[in-house]
Amino acid sequence: MAVETAKVDPMKQFAIEPIAGTQGWEIAGFNIAFTNSAMWMLITTVVLFVFVLGGMKRELVPGRWQMMVETFTGFIDNMLEANIGKEGRKYVPYVFSLFMFILIANLIGLLPLGLFGIHPFTFTSHFTVTGVLAIISFSIVLIVGFWKHGLHFFSLFVPHGTPLPMVPVIAPIEFISFMVRPFSLALRLFVAMMAGHVLLKVLSSFVIDGTNAGAGFGALVGLPSFVLMIGISALEILVAGIQAYVFALLTSLYINDAEHLH
Amino acid sequence: MPQIAQLADTWSSQVFWLLVFFGLTFFIIGKFMVPKVMDTVAQRDGQIASDLAAAKSARDAADEQEEAWRVKENENRAAAQAIVSKAKDEAAAKSEKKLAAAQKRIDKKLADAELRIGEARTAALTEVESVAVEAAQDIVKTLAGVKVTKPTATKAVKEQLAHG
Repeated sequence: MAVETAKVDPMKQFAIEPIAGTQGWEIAGFNIAFTNSAMWMLITTVVLFVFVLGGMKRELVPGRWQMMVETFTGFIDNMLEANIGKEGRKYVPYVFSLFMFILIANLIGLLPLGLFGIHPFTFTSHFTVTGVLAIISFSIVLIVGFWKHGLHFFSLFVPHGTPLPMVPVIAPIEFISFMVRPFSLALRLFVAMMAGHVLLKVLSSFVIDGTNAGAGFGALVGLPSFVLMIGISALEILVAGIQAYVFALLTSLYINDAEHLH
Repeated sequence: MPQIAQLADTWSSQVFWLLVFFGLTFFIIGKFMVPKVMDTVAQRDGQIASDLAAAKSARDAADEQEEAWRVKENENRAAAQAIVSKAKDEAAAKSEKKLAAAQKRIDKKLADAELRIGEARTAALTEVESVAVEAAQDIVKTLAGVKVTKPTATKAVKEQLAHG
C-alpha cells in the first residue's frame, strides 16, 4: 500500500480533469467541458478582478491597495511608453491584462494549496494556453502592422541600410525570425512553468520516497532535497514574475515593430 | 506528458475557456477598470503639478513683496538718516552761532578791560613821570643849587625812563 500511494507522478499535476460538461457541452462539435484548467482560469480572473477593484477607490491620496494596483498599471504604462512611445498608451489594457493574467496564474499555481486538499493547476504550463496567448499577441502585431503601414509592413524584413545584393538573403532570415516569434513566446512560458513544477515534484518525490525508505535515506536524501525545494520554490516565484514580464515585454517590443517598423 | 497526451481531447475546451476568461479579463479589467485607475493617477499627477505651480507662484509673490518691503525699508532708513543728519547740522550750526556770539562778547570785554588797563597804566606812568620830574628838580636844587627848568627835567627823566 505504501509503495502505491507514496508514488509521486511529476506529470500528474498537468493532467486536465473535467469538472462539468464532459458530454454534451459542445460548440460546432468541439468539446468545451469545464475542466480544472478552466476552473483556475476562472479563479485567476476573479482574483485579478478583486485586485484591480481594490484599486478603483479613486482616492486622491491612495491607500496601500490602490497604491499597489497603480504601481502595476504605472509599470505597464512605463514599459509601453519606453518601448513604443506615445502610441504605446492604447495597448495598456491589453498588455496589462496579459501581464497580470499570466502573473497571477503563475503565482496561484505555486500556492501550496495541496495542503488543504485543493490541487492548484498552472494553466500557463499548457502550450495550448500559452499558444493562444502568443497567437493573440502575434495577431495584434500583424493587424496593427498591416493596418498602419499596409503592404509597406513587409519592409520590416529588410532592415535599414541593407545593401541591395544582401536583400534576398536577409529577407528570408528576417521572415523566419519573425514567424518564429509566436512559437518562442508560447514555448518560453510553457517550458519555464512546466520545468519548475516538474522539478519541485521530482524533489518532493525524493523527500517522500527517501523518508519512506528509512531514517538514513531520509536524512541523506530527503532533507537536502527538502532544503533544495525551499530554495527552488523561491526561485519559482521569481520565475513566475519574470516570465510574465518577459511575455509582456516581448509583446510590447513586437508591437513596437508593428507601430514603427524598424 | 498530459499536455500532449490529452491534446486531442482537451484543446478545444482549453482554447474556449481561455478565450472566455481572458476575454472577460481584457474587456472588464483591461478596457474598463484599468483606464479608471490610470485616470486617477493622471488626475493626481495633475493636482500635484498644479499645487506645485501654485506654491511656486505664491513663493514668487512673497519674494516680490519682500523685495518691495526691502526697497521701502531702505528708503525709510535713508529718509530717517537724512532727517537725523539735518537736525544734527542745524543743531551744530546753532551752537556754533551761539559760541561765536559768546566769543564776541568775551572778546569785547577783554578788549575793554585791556583798554582800561592801558589807560590806567598810562595815567600811572604820567604820574610817575611828573613825580620823578619834581623829584629830580628838587634833588638837583638841593644838591647842586641849580635851578632846572621843568622841560629840561622832563626831558632828562624821559631819557632815563626810556633807558631804564
